Amino acid sequence: MKNIKTAIAITLVTTVLLGLVYPLVVTALAQLLFPEKANGSLIRERDGTVVGSRLIGQPFSSPGYFHPRPSAAGPAGYDASSSSGSNLGPTSSKLIERIRREVERLRAENPTALIPVDLVTTSGSGLDPHISPAAAEFQIPRVARERGMSEDELRRLVARHTEGRQFGILGEPRVNVLELNRELDRSHPMKR
Amino acid sequence: MTINGWLQILLFFALVLVVTKPLGAYMARVYQGERTWLDFVLRPLERLIYRATGVDERHEMRWTEYAASLLLFSLVSMLLLYLLQRLQDVLPLNPQGFAAVPPDLAFNTAASFTTNTNWQAYSGEATMSYLVQMAGLAYQNFVSAAVGMAVAVAFIRGIARRESETIGNFWVDLVRGLLWILLPISFVFALVLVSQGVVQNLRPYQTARLVEPQIVQSEGSSQQVIRTQTIPQGPAASQIAIKMLGTNGGGFFNANSAHPFENPTPFSNLLEMLAIFAIPAGFTYTLGRMTGSQRHGWAVFAAMSLLFFVGVAVAYWAEARGNPLVAALGVDQSASAMQPGGNMEGKEVRFGIAGSALFATVTTDASCGAVNSMHDSFTPLGGLVPLVNMQLGEVVFGGVGAGLYGVLVMVILSVFIAGLMVGRTPEYLGKKIDSYDVKMAMLYVIIFPLSILGLTAASVLLPAGLSSVSNGGPHGLTQILYAFTSGTANNGSAFGGLNANTLWYNTTVGLAMLVGRFLMIVPVLAIAGNLARKKIVPPSLGTFPVTTPSFVVLLVSVILIVGALTFFPVLSLGPIVEHLLMQIGQTF
Repeated sequence: MKNIKTAIAITLVTTVLLGLVYPLVVTALAQLLFPEKANGSLIRERDGTVVGSRLIGQPFSSPGYFHPRPSAAGPAGYDASSSSGSNLGPTSSKLIERIRREVERLRAENPTALIPVDLVTTSGSGLDPHISPAAAEFQIPRVARERGMSEDELRRLVARHTEGRQFGILGEPRVNVLELNRELDRSHPMKR
Repeated sequence: MTINGWLQILLFFALVLVVTKPLGAYMARVYQGERTWLDFVLRPLERLIYRATGVDERHEMRWTEYAASLLLFSLVSMLLLYLLQRLQDVLPLNPQGFAAVPPDLAFNTAASFTTNTNWQAYSGEATMSYLVQMAGLAYQNFVSAAVGMAVAVAFIRGIARRESETIGNFWVDLVRGLLWILLPISFVFALVLVSQGVVQNLRPYQTARLVEPQIVQSEGSSQQVIRTQTIPQGPAASQIAIKMLGTNGGGFFNANSAHPFENPTPFSNLLEMLAIFAIPAGFTYTLGRMTGSQRHGWAVFAAMSLLFFVGVAVAYWAEARGNPLVAALGVDQSASAMQPGGNMEGKEVRFGIAGSALFATVTTDASCGAVNSMHDSFTPLGGLVPLVNMQLGEVVFGGVGAGLYGVLVMVILSVFIAGLMVGRTPEYLGKKIDSYDVKMAMLYVIIFPLSILGLTAASVLLPAGLSSVSNGGPHGLTQILYAFTSGTANNGSAFGGLNANTLWYNTTVGLAMLVGRFLMIVPVLAIAGNLARKKIVPPSLGTFPVTTPSFVVLLVSVILIVGALTFFPVLSLGPIVEHLLMQIGQTF
């Protein structure tokens, strides 16, 4: 009987400490020390309109933009309120059929280059903000043509937006699609 | 596989090795009530908690009282979590206005977080209010971890004490684990995570204007223009820190540690993996320290490391090799300086193959269950590794506390088998192992497959079980097997294609989690109580030493044989046959 009372009392006291005080103190310190990151690394226009987060991928489909990886987040993809992978198994006919369609589309666009695997597969979150440097290179001829730039000029711009391994060893080299496309819109706006 | 990939894996393991001794020694001090440098703030807080709750910190408990207190506490805190979910619509800190969680899902989630499983049949960003995330889910991340650690400590005391009726005080072990170990490390870790980009706020979700509005064909061929993206927010970092450190694994967001807000950079990825292994690895040192046989602690560490490297090598090899069905379509899966290559379905570019395969191995070696890539989309052999890791009982470092008491049960079986071989009464660190200990150990070993295989078989036979399967062929069986393995082993990772939010799976997986936690803790505490009562016998010629390489080999063999004999038949019907069919180009 005494132990029931103790169990209830300990649950209440520790809930206040760990369930309220701890997260609220961390929130206060995070807002003080890293306000930009604690609030989602948001990207804003000059007028303050939020146009996205540098950590969250966005959909792009017109030929003048670099395209992100396919996405399984929400029915239309890149729905940041429903992060998700495809969860299709390696022998799923749905998966193989989906990749076959992507390959056909990409083959028509750039018949000679090898198709990088990340460009035809969905990410774990469905919100991957990155593509591999190979996937960016694959799209350079199309984007350069649409933007009226030389491929080499665009290649240099892509290189500037290519992030290497963290501390030279961790993770993989990658290109942030949203930031690269915004830079393109600034420096080489599409003719409409 | 690349050299860089292996460097990342070795760097990770080196860091685990570095933290093992200092953390293990610190934990031994904490649980033995010795002085630490945090006493000046924590000791007054601890005394305050005991005064407010009526705990007598000098009171010693027999194993039965220890177990009863543990079960009572878990029951009370589980009820609180259930109520918070059912009432979230009328409670504060619910800026998105989420409705109350339905009863079966709320039961499943309450069982899941109380048992340190963190199986999630819900999507965090679309279901749970900030209050439930903080005071319900993150809270259970803390206490369920501290409960597991308390059991491990009680077990170590059982080995170390002689002719004692008691194994410690549950309330004191619980509170000291929380205050001295989990809270300070989580606090620092949470802020480091924010520095990498993990969100930590109480704001409503942010609407962003898309740079390029998208026209999508919805059903009925009507066109729909999408102009905005809803970016979720919330107190994520504080929860993710304890989610990793306590080997809980429940994601703040649906995509768990694959979500860029939950694991934004390769560095955060490394730290999250390190946090999973830190306490379980440290516990091997604590074991050595508290039993006075440091070399035994390192021998257990060595056995675990061996199994870890086998697992990560297979997973990395299988995932780096990629999917032959995708290669046949003309897709380039080779690794180069320009791309990670391999099987990238369900993986993030920033982590690549090495960072994903390593994470999958670590999270299932331990009973964490956080994922940074979708295990359902792994190649058959790549997905086999997480499954087998769990089926071996999560004794490769394992869950916080749970990994240690799990491996100690295997140690008892090992010395028992060694004793049979030389025809002497088995001894373990000076304690004679009698039939009661072995019976309890066997109970522990048998309950586990009974729950996994029994529930899997039932689900395969019932329409309610089969209707949730999303992949055809042998992969469908693997999805079901993975769910009950994960639930019973208190892991919480999933083959996510299985629709788990049904009455059948919410209930059965919920029960599997409770069985896999509490029915297994009771025999463990019974062994601890029985060991504590015994006299110490001096080692003789017939004593099998538990500090040598031959002990390491025997322990690894026992772990593998117990696991393999039990699960090989069902594995051969699932991932193994799927691997063979994939090689000949079969799809489902």
